[in-house]
Amino acid sequence: MMTNPTGRLTQGQFSFLPDLTDDEIKLQVEYGLHKGYAWSIEYTDDPHPRNTYWEMYGMPMFDLHDAAGVMLELKGCRSTFPQHYIRLVAFDSTRGVESIAMSFIVNRPAREPGFGLVREEGPGRTMRYTVRSYAADKPEGERY
Amino acid sequence: MSGPSYNIPGFSAPAPVVEAGADIASPEPAMDALKSARTVAEVLAQSNAGAVMDELDRDLVGLAPVKARIRDIAALLVVDRLRMNQGLQAQTPSLHMSFTGNPGTGKTTVALRMAEILHRLGYLRKGHLVAVTRDDLVGQYVGHTAPKTREVLKRAMGGVLFIDEAYYLYRPENERDYGQESIEILLQVMENNRDDLVVILAGYKDRMDTFFESNPGMRSRIAHHIDFPDFAPDELLRIAELMLAQQQYCFGPGAREALQEYLEHRIRQPQFANARSVRNALDRARLRQASRLFADATRELTREDLSTILPPDIRASRVFDIAAAATQAQPKSPQA
Repeated sequence: MMTNPTGRLTQGQFSFLPDLTDDEIKLQVEYGLHKGYAWSIEYTDDPHPRNTYWEMYGMPMFDLHDAAGVMLELKGCRSTFPQHYIRLVAFDSTRGVESIAMSFIVNRPAREPGFGLVREEGPGRTMRYTVRSYAADKPEGERY
Repeated sequence: MSGPSYNIPGFSAPAPVVEAGADIASPEPAMDALKSARTVAEVLAQSNAGAVMDELDRDLVGLAPVKARIRDIAALLVVDRLRMNQGLQAQTPSLHMSFTGNPGTGKTTVALRMAEILHRLGYLRKGHLVAVTRDDLVGQYVGHTAPKTREVLKRAMGGVLFIDEAYYLYRPENERDYGQESIEILLQVMENNRDDLVVILAGYKDRMDTFFESNPGMRSRIAHHIDFPDFAPDELLRIAELMLAQQQYCFGPGAREALQEYLEHRIRQPQFANARSVRNALDRARLRQASRLFADATRELTREDLSTILPPDIRASRVFDIAAAATQAQPKSPQA
């Protein structure tokens, strides 16, 4: 377990904390809305750290005033993909920023097998290293 | 997960300061005091709802049944708040409404006020109004309607969703119309997210009645059916005065009587739209006043000149000609 000491995927904000409850997620969403961010929901079953672009669940939610709308959508996503990683992403559209300002995982599979170290022989005596999720051995959709 | 085993800054504090260093202005500064209130006056004072209701009385002319119903709802919410403070159960009331009435009777204006009142009473979290029509809810092709409706509903959460001319949602002549799909999603969210948003449907009385007849589910989920009465002529005149005062104009000598006469004729003519017609009449009077002043290129105009509407500005209206023609053509027959 050297590559995954907590047994959990640690990406984005709050990922070393215990899972956020729905009320806590709501507060974070309210905070983002207060800052003028647009929330969107993304999911994936490939936990590789370089997997930056997850699938979007629905459209980004612009012009929202209240966290209830995001929570409604999140509920829908959780029931569709109960065993996927789901994250909430806040987009800051301020000119000059125009990028993701917040991102945190709100749903994870029950069992996260972690990553294995893969060694590859290079030219000469060089070794190249990479990580590979044990879950990624199975085809998409059957991983968790 | 049972509960958090750690402290999130601001989680149990009244002001939701979510992240360290981040500063959020608390949206409900009086919420804590509201929780300890024991009398109606205390709740009213702390929620400012009394001020909104007084403003409603002052700014909206007539509409007695509407005001009475708003007062009832406000009273229920205040009493519910007191019950909650005493530890009694207070079930969230369903506050979806339908506003019926002729054009120009103030349905949108009241909806806007309603959002503010419900916000101050703590029923709505944000208190904004999202006004939509059929176009914003119903899509153009298969699979387009549901996301569109959902998006509008999400935008309205925490506030009021005002659906103007709601009867257009249901088109009985086309059984494959996507409006029905939109209605079903609306019904579902109205039922499940009752404390997240208030839906107000508005439209003309007769067409709304047919709409509700063909959608009994909708009728039963709406607790408050409020009918907006037409304005009486003297109420219209008071509305006109309020509108002029808002735009910093006033009636010159005789202009008030001219407008009164104008309204008497206008009410009897077709397509009379209550307060909206009054506003249009005033806009046209302002136009005529402007061209009257424009004609005098060399005159020095005082503040009074610029803000006074004179009788000729109103009497030049076509309404008087039509009325005169009607009485000349059929002097005996009563007005249709």
